[in-house]
Amino acid sequence: MMYKILKKEILSDTVKLMDVYAPHVARNARAGQFVILIIDEHGERIPLTIADYNKGTGTITIIFQELGKSTMQLGRLKPGDAIASFAGPLGHPTEIENYGTVVCMGGGVGIAPIYPIARSLKEAGNSVISIIGARNKELLFWEDKMRTVSDELIVCTDDGSHGRKALVTEPLKELFERKDKKVARVWAIGPAIMMKFVSLTTKPYNVPTVVSLNTIMIDGTGMCGGCRVLLDEGAQFVCVDGPEFDAHKVNWESLLSRLQFYKKEERLAVERWEHKCKLEGELPGGGK
Amino acid sequence: MAELTQKERMKIKRHEMSNQDQHVRRGNYDEVALGYSLETAREEAERCLQCKDPKCVQGCPVGVLIPQFIKALREGDIVKAVEWMKVKNNLPAICGRVCPQEVQCEGNCIVGKKGEPVAIGRLERFVGDYELAMRTCPLLKAPKTGKRVAVVGSGPAGLTCAVDVAREGHEVTIFESLHGPGGVLIYGIPEFRLPKSVVHGEINYAVECLGIDIKVDHVIGRTFTLEELLKEYDAVFLGTGAGLPSFMRIPGINLNGVMSANEFLTRVNLMKGYRFPEYDTPVKVGNKVAVVGAGNVAMDSVRCSLRLQALQAREAGQNSGEVHLVYRRSRDEVPAREEEFHHAEEEGVIFDFLTNPVEILGDKEGNVRGIRCVRMRLDEPDQSGRRKPVPIEGSEFEITVDSVIMALGTSPNPLVFVDAAGLERTKHGTAVADSETGRTKKPRVWAGGDVVTGAATVISAMGAGKRSAADINKFLKGEASW
Repeated sequence: MMYKILKKEILSDTVKLMDVYAPHVARNARAGQFVILIIDEHGERIPLTIADYNKGTGTITIIFQELGKSTMQLGRLKPGDAIASFAGPLGHPTEIENYGTVVCMGGGVGIAPIYPIARSLKEAGNSVISIIGARNKELLFWEDKMRTVSDELIVCTDDGSHGRKALVTEPLKELFERKDKKVARVWAIGPAIMMKFVSLTTKPYNVPTVVSLNTIMIDGTGMCGGCRVLLDEGAQFVCVDGPEFDAHKVNWESLLSRLQFYKKEERLAVERWEHKCKLEGELPGGGK
Repeated sequence: MAELTQKERMKIKRHEMSNQDQHVRRGNYDEVALGYSLETAREEAERCLQCKDPKCVQGCPVGVLIPQFIKALREGDIVKAVEWMKVKNNLPAICGRVCPQEVQCEGNCIVGKKGEPVAIGRLERFVGDYELAMRTCPLLKAPKTGKRVAVVGSGPAGLTCAVDVAREGHEVTIFESLHGPGGVLIYGIPEFRLPKSVVHGEINYAVECLGIDIKVDHVIGRTFTLEELLKEYDAVFLGTGAGLPSFMRIPGINLNGVMSANEFLTRVNLMKGYRFPEYDTPVKVGNKVAVVGAGNVAMDSVRCSLRLQALQAREAGQNSGEVHLVYRRSRDEVPAREEEFHHAEEEGVIFDFLTNPVEILGDKEGNVRGIRCVRMRLDEPDQSGRRKPVPIEGSEFEITVDSVIMALGTSPNPLVFVDAAGLERTKHGTAVADSETGRTKKPRVWAGGDVVTGAATVISAMGAGKRSAADINKFLKGEASW
């Protein structure tokens, strides 16, 4: 089975959006869930949180940052190209209710999966305050889309090239201090280190906080246990017990350490890939 | 060849199967056991006494017509041998390689009472391989009935059930959660024990002959729920296996370098991690590996570790490391197939029997640096009939290792039970199903294999798939009501 890429948008130099035709996944997909895709027969299983879904067109929207060899390779594909495998929707959907006032935080490429959650929360009647951030203006995307599903939108960049020059935790803390609105719940999706600091920020205020973890994972269906995360109550699997967890129960040190385990191999794969691309580029006709 | 007397048959020695040299094979993933030649197979077949009341058949979970296929084989009629085989067994090339024959057919063989049993497994493999190459006996399909059956999982239980149901003319769709079919035959059992080409060969054959549709990337419980399948299909068989790994409840389990055997074997086998970076999925073991457990999965894990170490050492120009197998009982209780244990021993695995880990030790960076173990002694037999291991006080010691692989058994994958009201489960997480018919507590749903029994063998899963298929066929014909 092959899954066709119907649309591609370049959100920044390294952040790409794709609509993939996968009606079997789109029909049951909900906010908070993820897919696992494989580019070709040599490929690895790549877990990606669903950025959007459309039952009518049978498409799933994925957004990814080119960080390793596989995402770089994925980023070179064009509309009309197909990928070998696309499974899902996996994991538990976000628990959507009317909580009152909620905060949705997206960091970097984490803006993509926070969007459908914010939208669903808005549709459920919540007052949604969104805080999105990235290292710089270049890496920021979907500001307009986020605005349409938010009652209030705060935009930050680390370097101040757009919006506020701040980490996303700063305006979050101010919200708690402002006290004109009682924040019932916070969702945060982004790099593990950002989620850790959001968790540290919300804890003193006792605001329930949900994070979506993106650990190392192979099958995504509960078989390998590679994605296990230490919570207060013991180890759980991100793929079948998550991907969303109570941020205050997550052992962040263990999580951050486990994310490092294959760094050497990841670097090797990237070097090999860049070398291959360079050689292709030097061929007559310029390769792909 | 003149007809031999029984006495003469008893005198023939069991034929050895040639193996890849133990030193060479440590450095590659090619198949270890090389199979019989036609000549050897026919000579081995001469050892069968053709018992009137064949005990071997009783020992086989699918009841292969053993005397019949062996007789045809020794008469040189391999096509006939294939036909006899396929009456009961659709996957002989697989069974011949992975069945624990010593406790099944060969364990019951009369010749084995005084000497060594007839090498039924090796003969089965010979017949299976012949058929894969020649395809003499295409599976026949009855005229279409218009009935539709969904099979969830494409491992040994699901494949066997699918074939037996499709032969009756029913339309069969298999749903597989991974990106290719085969289940544990692909993600679990390594290439050097069961080549993937053999598995693909058996699957393609069945699928082509019988028009079975396999939908990969479909996770039942998520992509479709059981309730949704029941709206579309007349019957549903669950052969989802036992994929959820168990970890010991000891400190240090989340350190870097601790893996479930499932993760390790999936990286190696399904994702071809041993060929990283040509394949994208990395797999790594350190210089000193400890595998905890002593079942077939543990044997596969130690043997994969040895090979990975050899490949890594070759690239780095270093010496291979060492691989320990840590087991809390003794040699006598090892549950793995005899041949797997023997091969692991030959390849240089260090066996630490009567040893149980109590803590995994880590360094500052969160990587494994060793395991603290306690010595065990065997007490009176427990419920399983095996002598119960108890810790010896004050016997704690450390083994320096940098990887720990947990091969402690698995429980059923939970996803299939999502939105499946009425599908009863035991407290172990297995599906409740009748052992004869495979019927679950939910109408029109059958289940068999590891999802019902917990982790067991390929052939027992095939047996369950077969029994369920027979009952599904009866049900669809109207010969049995629910």
